[in-house]
Amino acid sequence: MKIKNMLMAATVTAAFCLSASAQITGDIYIHDPSTIVKCDGKYYTFGTGGGGIWSEDGYTWHSGAVRPGGGVAPDVIKIGDRYLISYSSGFPGTEGLTKGNIINMWNKTLDPQSKDFAFSKAMLVGWAGADDDCWAIDPAFLLGPDGRLWCTYGTYFGAIRIIELDPETGDRKPGNKPVDVAIDCEATAMMYRNGWYYLLATHGTCCDGTNSTYNIVVGRSRNPQGPYLDNIGRDMLEGGGKMVLSAGNRVTGPGHFGQTIEAEGCEKMSCHFEADYDRSGRFVLGILPLLWKNDWPVAGDPFKEGTFEIESQRRGYALELTVDFIRSAGGMFGFGRQGGDNVVLENQKLEDVIGGWPEGNIEVRCSDYMFRPHQRWTVTAVPEYGGYLGQPYYKITIEGTDRALAAAEDDELTTVPAFTGASEQLWRIDQLVDGTFRIMPKSAPGHEGEEYVLKTTGDSTVALGRYDFNDDNCKWDFRDR
Amino acid sequence: MHNTLIKTAAVLLALSATVCASAQQRGAQEEQPDFAPTPQEVNNMKAPVLEDYFTTVYPAKAKGKVSVAPTAPDSRGFIRRWSLLEPIPMPDIRSNAIFTDSYLREEFGIDRYPMQRSLVPYDGQKVKLDKKTSLSWHCLDSKRYNVKLYRLATGLGLHPTEALYHAVTVVIADRDMTVRMAVGSNSASMWWVNEEEALLLSGDRRMVVDDCVSRKITLHAGKNIIRGAVINGPGMSDFCLRFLDLDGKPVTDLKVSNE
Repeated sequence: MKIKNMLMAATVTAAFCLSASAQITGDIYIHDPSTIVKCDGKYYTFGTGGGGIWSEDGYTWHSGAVRPGGGVAPDVIKIGDRYLISYSSGFPGTEGLTKGNIINMWNKTLDPQSKDFAFSKAMLVGWAGADDDCWAIDPAFLLGPDGRLWCTYGTYFGAIRIIELDPETGDRKPGNKPVDVAIDCEATAMMYRNGWYYLLATHGTCCDGTNSTYNIVVGRSRNPQGPYLDNIGRDMLEGGGKMVLSAGNRVTGPGHFGQTIEAEGCEKMSCHFEADYDRSGRFVLGILPLLWKNDWPVAGDPFKEGTFEIESQRRGYALELTVDFIRSAGGMFGFGRQGGDNVVLENQKLEDVIGGWPEGNIEVRCSDYMFRPHQRWTVTAVPEYGGYLGQPYYKITIEGTDRALAAAEDDELTTVPAFTGASEQLWRIDQLVDGTFRIMPKSAPGHEGEEYVLKTTGDSTVALGRYDFNDDNCKWDFRDR
Repeated sequence: MHNTLIKTAAVLLALSATVCASAQQRGAQEEQPDFAPTPQEVNNMKAPVLEDYFTTVYPAKAKGKVSVAPTAPDSRGFIRRWSLLEPIPMPDIRSNAIFTDSYLREEFGIDRYPMQRSLVPYDGQKVKLDKKTSLSWHCLDSKRYNVKLYRLATGLGLHPTEALYHAVTVVIADRDMTVRMAVGSNSASMWWVNEEEALLLSGDRRMVVDDCVSRKITLHAGKNIIRGAVINGPGMSDFCLRFLDLDGKPVTDLKVSNE
């Protein structure tokens, strides 16, 4: 029985580690989510059928976001101090003429409790004719670097189209004609980066639960109106697309991509998953790191708990407790003693060295990684203490102990003998666009609300410092070796 | 076409319900059309016709008594000249999720009319599915790299979905050529070269250029008969086909005929 319970516990733990949607909690049941947008410190996303969900921290979500108009697959963008919302629905005067309409409206806030919360009159900005090779649903915005506002829409029935909008009015630019940019996909989105316009699209089968093959692909172009080519040069008008995210980690059917930039180099992608194996196969919101490799976007994996070397990107040294280096048994095998049978040497054990460690706080530093106990850190989610966009907070403890990494006064770091859940001991671990990680305390003493992260000050020294994506001192890797 | 049935239903429900619902929800102001389609735009929304997608190869009522010079693949190797059979109704297909390899082999293995596996039809030739149902072949050049079967059906006033489409063309090589055949189809399909199976595209599939590429095959000097079957439930149907050399480059030095 005990073994069975252990196996069950292990299964639950594994499920937590693996499920992408399990990285967030609360009312996360949404289909066709709009890009996650922040308003007055809260995150919002809207879905098909009206309404949406919101979150104070990006980790725990609640129902109650308000979007009138019903319809399907909205998108939201902040322009200046206003929010432009687009969705597809019926529209007076178009009955029988159109197959889908793209409708826009403004609001000064997304917070329905705000006195400023009021949607403007809806504007019809795009449509597809009843017999057109297009179905005007699934709108998505991009505000380009030149201030031009674009909107893509369409579904599997024919082409994906792009139109230009006036960012002042949210209405269609006078005289603008739709341009076909892709086929055989739906739920498009756009991004701009390093001179490239990216068209994200959802391929595969929608709305079939655990059997949905929905997946997100991408093509890119120097021109917002295309052509959008994939990594082998195939036009998205010919079905091309490079995979960004497909099923895995116990969720199927990612679709409806959205990009949220938290800070330079710290980007998240949102989507829905058609089915979450850990939630009865229901469709759920997903939030993952967004990585960039050779100017192509790639979905990062959910952070997996475990025991790691925490390796500095400055030199490659490992984070360790400031304690004596205890030599392992073995030593140099003399040149004249080669030959004979090999024996297996054991790793140095915690009990071999912990007796020599101080009992109180112990400082940390960086050094050559030798897979010694004082260099092995166990990273464990602590969802009971909340989280941040897409993930719960983590505690970082020395393997086999409760000794926890903590932010300290004067931008210093320390370890405390036991984890208490204090905000200085809660760590936000964000995978950055280059695949490395930034490690940031929920609260750095004296820098509340600022982005202060684990930062090497020398090859062998570490402190807290202001986050800078372009500084390798701020970047770390979690390696299991 | 993918399995849009559920989403389509959801969309239709949402669209039908939302005009009334929208004004009732909190925060909504009364909606009035301020950018509705203009009469000219409405006029432009005319239903597509066959000529938007295809040109006919033979004069009307030629009945195989007129010969037309072969054409060539387009500059990227796509075969655009095809004989296309009017869609065979498959009303029981409710979802493309059923297009497993086994299902397709069984359906594509059924002989639905005489000489199905050897016929090179002439334009207008009829085949009988049963005592009540006969379908016609249409010899056409696609105006696009891909062959829009959905628009073949709507252009002929026929039901375009829940259908099985048959396609035949004749590729003429001036020498024996070792090539690969590249196909994309919406949805599942099977393809034969000189009556030998070359490709099966299974599942709820969308048309993607070079989605599936055959093993090495030999196009013999002279005529080679290419035969395809495309099956679809809800949504659009189309396919594209070309031959690639062993370096993956399109083969363009071919002739293509319906004869």
